[in-house]
Amino acid sequence: MSETNTLPKWTRDQIAARVAVDIPDGAIVNLGIGLPTQVANHLPEGREVILHSENGVIGMGPAPAEGQEDYDLINAGKQPVTLLPGGCFFHHADSFGMMRGGHLDVCVLGAFQVSATGDLANWSTGAPDAIPAVGGAMDLAIGAKKTYVMMDLLTKTGESKLVESCTYPLTGIGCVSRIYTDFAVIDLGADGANVIDIVEGLSFDQLQELTPVTLTDAR
Amino acid sequence: MIDKISPSVQQALANIHDGATVMIGGFGGAGQPAELIDGLIEQGAKELVIVNNNAGNAEIGLAGLLKAGRVRKIICSFPRQADSYVFDELYRSGKLELELVPQGNLAERIRAAGAGIGAFFTPTGYGTQLAEGKETREINGRHYVLEYPIFADFALIKAEVGDRWGNLTYRKTARNFGPIMATAAKTTIASVHEIAELGAIDPETVVTPGIFVKHVVKVPRTATGPAGFKGA
Repeated sequence: MSETNTLPKWTRDQIAARVAVDIPDGAIVNLGIGLPTQVANHLPEGREVILHSENGVIGMGPAPAEGQEDYDLINAGKQPVTLLPGGCFFHHADSFGMMRGGHLDVCVLGAFQVSATGDLANWSTGAPDAIPAVGGAMDLAIGAKKTYVMMDLLTKTGESKLVESCTYPLTGIGCVSRIYTDFAVIDLGADGANVIDIVEGLSFDQLQELTPVTLTDAR
Repeated sequence: MIDKISPSVQQALANIHDGATVMIGGFGGAGQPAELIDGLIEQGAKELVIVNNNAGNAEIGLAGLLKAGRVRKIICSFPRQADSYVFDELYRSGKLELELVPQGNLAERIRAAGAGIGAFFTPTGYGTQLAEGKETREINGRHYVLEYPIFADFALIKAEVGDRWGNLTYRKTARNFGPIMATAAKTTIASVHEIAELGAIDPETVVTPGIFVKHVVKVPRTATGPAGFKGA
């Protein structure tokens, strides 16, 4: 699969920007640790989006200026953040009630694997010596009105992370509604995997060759 | 007269016994009651079951308690962190039992204990390894897992301001597990940075009503440090 290196693909910033385009004005959003955090840097000008973090804050602002860090004000990745006017704090049971109760519009997560029907595997590789850690992943996956996944379509060794059925331990069943990858944006659901956007210069057939999941061109 | 103010950390922690289940507030460093944990290390209780979101950072606080060999079991959601090497080694060598709980289930099980709920059905974790062997039910077309409360003998939490009735306020995201843990333990011990006269805390801003708190102890204000991520 070494020839995949020569295929056109979106950069991580471009994927983040592509996700940001789909987040509507007024949305309440939770961005997962890692890559999804970058979505905040690409929200179009004039769009007011409220960011929620599992550790009890809504209305999160950008990272503080150097020297202004307050480690009583952190995000789920435990990095220092700021609070926007209108933001507030609450305890953990309320914070996860916001998720489970369907009060978040969009959640963006990373993934090891996503299945054609939207099953998500993103908390454990199942390696026997791995130390398990789940955090809020399972609550986030099933809680938001829409769960988006942001990931490279292929692993470093070229295997598709969009699979017929996840082989890694599941985080949630049928919870992912859309994946944003370096090659394409694909809607997932009962009616299969519908491709709604492909990176410029890549054909639908070339995309289909990268994954065992049967795709439908829905552009 | 009701006076929950403890003169010292040592006195506040005096009754913690071997084998106790102890909830410890905090998410990473925020809300971690470092002085109370240091006091617990000094106090000497062992065979403890600890409930915390994480499993300690570097070698201070909760990681220090683990390193001192006082903990038999930890119930948490996210033990593995960039600086959780004390936990990692104890877990790998089989010296520490781990019950891994999705974070929202951890919070709700603690809340349920404090609110007198016998058990509850939650969609979180359905169909995953962490729900294996648990009772499930389909309700209105959705699948749920039955989860039970987590009770504790003691809760050690970090608050900001307290008064002699035990009313508490918190600071920013250091609030996290404090308010719910306070409700779920038989004895809740809160460290505060300021003790207010009764009535001086605006009643509209009290987060934890004193009914949930047994002891309040003042500790010096120190800035919370970074923890839980690469480079912390």
